[in-house]
Amino acid sequence: MFEANQLSLAIWLPIAGAIAVLATGNDQRAALARIVALLVSIVTFLVTIPLYTGFDKASGELQFIENMPWISALNINYSLGIDGIALLLILLTSFITIIVVISAWQVIQEKVAQYMAAFLIMEGLMIGVFSATDAILFYVFWEAMLIPMFLIIGIWGGPNRIYATIKFFLYTLLGSLLMLVALVYLYFKSNGSFALADLYTVKLGLTEQIWLFMAFFMAFAVKIPMFPVHTWLPDAHVEAPTGGSVVLAAIMLKMGAYGFIRFNLPITPDASHSLSGFIIVLSLIAIVYIAMVALAQTDMKKLIAYSSISHMGFVTLGLFVFNKMALEGAVIQMISHGFISGAMFLCVGVLYDRMHTRKMSDYGGVANTMPKFAAFMMLFAMANAGLPGTSGFVGEFLVILGVFQVNAWYAIIAGTTLILGAAYTLWMYKRVIFGAVSNENVKGLKDINSREGLFLLILTLTVLVMGLWPAPFLDTIHSSVDKVLALSSVTKL
Amino acid sequence: MNNIFADIQLAIPEIFVFTMACVILLVDRFTHERMPRVSFLLTQVTLLVGFYLTLVAAPAGDAVKAFNDMFVLDGMATLVKSTIFILTFVVLIYSHGYITERKMYRGEYFVLILIAVVGMMVMVSASHFITIYIGLELLSLSLYTLVAMNRNSDLATEAAMKYFVLGALASGMLLYGMSIIYGATGSLDIETIRNAIQGMQSDDVMLILGLIFIVVGIGFKLGVVPFHMWIPDIYQGAPTSVVLFIGTAPKIAAFAFVMRLLVDGFQALAVSWSDMLTIFAILSMALGNIVAIAQTNLKRMLAYSTISHMGYFMLGIISANPNGYSASLFYVIIYSFTTMAAFGLIIMMSRAGFEAEEISDYKGLNKRHPWFAFMVALVMFSMAGIPPTVGFFAKLSVIQALIDVDKYWLAVVAVLFAVIGAYYYLKVVKTLYFEKPDTNEPITANFGMQFILSVNVFALLLIMPWIGVVMDICSEAISKMG
Repeated sequence: MFEANQLSLAIWLPIAGAIAVLATGNDQRAALARIVALLVSIVTFLVTIPLYTGFDKASGELQFIENMPWISALNINYSLGIDGIALLLILLTSFITIIVVISAWQVIQEKVAQYMAAFLIMEGLMIGVFSATDAILFYVFWEAMLIPMFLIIGIWGGPNRIYATIKFFLYTLLGSLLMLVALVYLYFKSNGSFALADLYTVKLGLTEQIWLFMAFFMAFAVKIPMFPVHTWLPDAHVEAPTGGSVVLAAIMLKMGAYGFIRFNLPITPDASHSLSGFIIVLSLIAIVYIAMVALAQTDMKKLIAYSSISHMGFVTLGLFVFNKMALEGAVIQMISHGFISGAMFLCVGVLYDRMHTRKMSDYGGVANTMPKFAAFMMLFAMANAGLPGTSGFVGEFLVILGVFQVNAWYAIIAGTTLILGAAYTLWMYKRVIFGAVSNENVKGLKDINSREGLFLLILTLTVLVMGLWPAPFLDTIHSSVDKVLALSSVTKL
Repeated sequence: MNNIFADIQLAIPEIFVFTMACVILLVDRFTHERMPRVSFLLTQVTLLVGFYLTLVAAPAGDAVKAFNDMFVLDGMATLVKSTIFILTFVVLIYSHGYITERKMYRGEYFVLILIAVVGMMVMVSASHFITIYIGLELLSLSLYTLVAMNRNSDLATEAAMKYFVLGALASGMLLYGMSIIYGATGSLDIETIRNAIQGMQSDDVMLILGLIFIVVGIGFKLGVVPFHMWIPDIYQGAPTSVVLFIGTAPKIAAFAFVMRLLVDGFQALAVSWSDMLTIFAILSMALGNIVAIAQTNLKRMLAYSTISHMGYFMLGIISANPNGYSASLFYVIIYSFTTMAAFGLIIMMSRAGFEAEEISDYKGLNKRHPWFAFMVALVMFSMAGIPPTVGFFAKLSVIQALIDVDKYWLAVVAVLFAVIGAYYYLKVVKTLYFEKPDTNEPITANFGMQFILSVNVFALLLIMPWIGVVMDICSEAISKMG
C-alpha cells in the first residue's frame, strides 16, 4: 500500500506536516516549529528518493501511477504519475525545501510557524503540480500555490511587498484562468475527459490549436516568465523574503516550462510548430535584452531576478526548436538553474541579513571580512555565468548545440549570453566582494556561521556534481524526452 | 384532483411551518418576558422538523402535481427546500447572539423568518403564476419588515423604505408581464402556457412584451444590473443578522423562481430570455466587480460582490440546458454557504467587542487572532474562486456550462472579470495579514458559535474530496424536474 501511493505520500505528507507545524502555536515555541518543519522536510525528501531508485529509466511512460475517481459529474479523476522530467523536478522541490527551512532558521523571528508551514504546503502543492495527470487536478494544485506564495511575500517581504504580491497574484491568476477556459474546451472536444493522455490524442484544427496554444501560453509564459510578461518577477523577487525568492526562482518558474512540456507541445503540436518562430524570438529577446537589463541593475536581487529571466529564455528556446539535444538541455537547465539561482538568492540573503541593504553601492571589499563566503559566492557566480565544470554549463551548452543544428543564427545570438551573463554576474561580484573595504558597515561584517556554511556547501556540491557528472540526470530524462518529442511531432490535423 | 388528502400530504411541510409560525406568534406573547428563549428553540425545532417532513414528502420518481396543478413537487423542489431549511437553521444560530445584544430578540423576528421560509417554499413548488406570486410576496413582505426591524437606526429605515418601494415596483412589473402572457395564452398555469407558446410564433410581439416584463421583474428580485440599486443599501443598512438571511436562503429560492418561470414556462422562448439574461450577467459581473473595489465598508463590498455573483450564477441558466441549470444550482448553493460564512464571521467579530463593518476593522487580525484571520481569508479565497476552495468548482461548473453551448467569448469575459474581482478579495486578505493592528484587545467569542462557524468555513475546503457528490445531487435534482 505504501509502495502504491508514493506520490500521494510525497504530496500530502508535507501538507499534513504543515498542519503539525501550525499546531505548535505562537512564537514562544518557535524553536519547536523549526525542528518539526525541518523533520518534515527531511522525511519528505527521503520519501521522494525511492521515486528515483524505483524509477525505470528505460521507459518514457508514466510511472508510479495512481488513479481514483474524484468528480464523476465532470469525469475528473485524482490521477497521478510521473516521467523522468517530473521526477527530477520533484526531487529538486523536496531538496530545495530543506535548504529553505535551514536558511530561515535564525532569520525569520516573527510568525515562525506560519512561515515554515507556508513553505511546506507549497512543497506539497508543487509536487502535486509535477505529478498530476488530470488537467483539473493539475490546475487545482497550480492555482492553490498562489495562496501560500501570496502570503509569504506579503507577510515577510520588504517595504513594497503589498504592491509586489498583489501584482504577482493577479498576473498569474489572469494567465491561469484563460488556461482553464482552454481546458474546459478540450474537455468537450475529447468527449468529456480531462485526462492528459486523452487530451494528447484529440484531433484539433489549426485555428483551434492556435487559440488553445495562446491560452496555455498566457498561463505558462507568465509563470516562466517570458518577455514581455516578465515584469512581475523583479518586483516579487525584490520584495520576497530570501526563502520566497529561492522557491520562486528555483521551482515556481520551472512550472511554467513544465507546463509547456506537458500541455503546449503534446496537445497543440501543429500550433507549436507554426508558432515556434514567435516563441524563439521572444526567447532570444529574453536572453539578450534581459541580460542587458541585468547589466544596468544596482540592486543585487533585481540583478539575479533578471538573470533568471534570461536563463529561462534558454529553456523556452530549447523547448521550441524540436531537437532532442536542445530539449534535454532545456530540462537540465531547469534543474541546474534551480540550484544556482537558489544559491545566488541565498548568498544575497546572507549579506542582506547582516547589512539590511541590497544595493551594490553599499558593499565593496566583502572578501576582506567574509573570505569563506566570498569563496562560495565565487563558485555560484561562475556557475551562473555558465563556467564549464559547473551545472550551469551543461544545460546551456546542450541547448546551444541543439539549436545550432536547427539554425546557426539562433545559436549565435543565444551564445552571446555567455558573454553578457559573465559580464553582469562577475561585475556584480567585483563590486560587492572585491576591492578595499568600502565603509564601516562592511568592516564590521562577520563571516558565515556553520548553519549558513552547511546549506552553501550542500549546494556547492550539487552544482559541481551536476556539472562534472551529469549522466545520472541525463539518463533519467532520455526516454521521457523522446516521448515528448514523439508526441509533439505527430500532427493532430 | 379529487382526493384533497393526497394533495395535502404533498404540502405538509409548508402547512406545518406556517402553522408553527402562528403558534410561535401566540406562544411568544406568554413566554416573551420570562422565557424569551422558547420562541427561538421552537423556531429551530420547526425548521428541523420541516426539513425532515420535506425529505419524507419527496416523491420517489417524477414530479407530482397537486391542488388543481397549482403546486408541484419534484426533485429540484425537494433539494432547494431542504437547503433552505439548513441555511435558515444555521443563520438563526449565528444571529442569536447578535439580535440579543441589539434588542431585536422578539417573537416577531422568528415568526417573520418562518413566514419568509413558507413564502420561499411556496415559490419553489409553484406551477402557476398565482402561486409563484403569492410565494414571492410572502417572502418579500417578511423581508421588508425584517430589514426595518432595528427601527431606531436611520440607515435601516432608509434601506427598508428603498427595498419596499423598489420591491413593489418589481412585483408590479412581474404582475404586468404575467397579465400580458395571460392575454396571449389565455392561462396562468405554467404548463398550459408552455404548451400554448410552442404553438405560437416565437417572435409574437405580445409574448415577447410579456416576457420582457417578467424578466425585468426577475432582474429586480435577483438584484442584477441594471436593477441592483437596492442591494448595496440593504446590505449596508440592514442589521447584519438580517443580511445574513437575505444573502443566503432567498438566493437559492430565487434560482427555483427563475427555473419555474423561464425554464418551465418559456422554454420555447429560451433564445430570447437567454439573450436578455446575458446582458444582465455581463453588466452584473462588470459593475459588481469594479465598484466593489472602491468600497471601504465590508458589508457594502459584499453587496457588490453579491451582484457580481448573481451575474456568474446566471451564466448557467443562460446556456439553457439541464447541464447549465444544474451548474447554476450548484453555484448558488456553494455561494449561499460561502456568504453565510462571510456574514457569520462579521457577526462574530461584531459581537467580540468592536463593530466590524469597515474593512479597516480587520487590520492585522492575524496578529490578534490567527484562527479568525485564517477563516476570513479562506472565505475570501472561496469567493474569489481560487482553488482548493469550493468557490473554484462553482466557477468551473458555470464556465463548462457556457463552453458546452459554444459561448466561448462569454466564458472569457467571465474569467476576466473574475480576475478583477480577485483584487478586492485580496485587499481584504491584505488587511488581515499584511497590516498592523490598531489595537491589541484580545478577541473573545462564544465557543459554540465559533465551533459551528469553523465547521462552516472549513467545509468550504474539506468538502473537496466529496465535491463530486454535491454536483451529482444537483444534476439529479434538475433531471427530476417537472
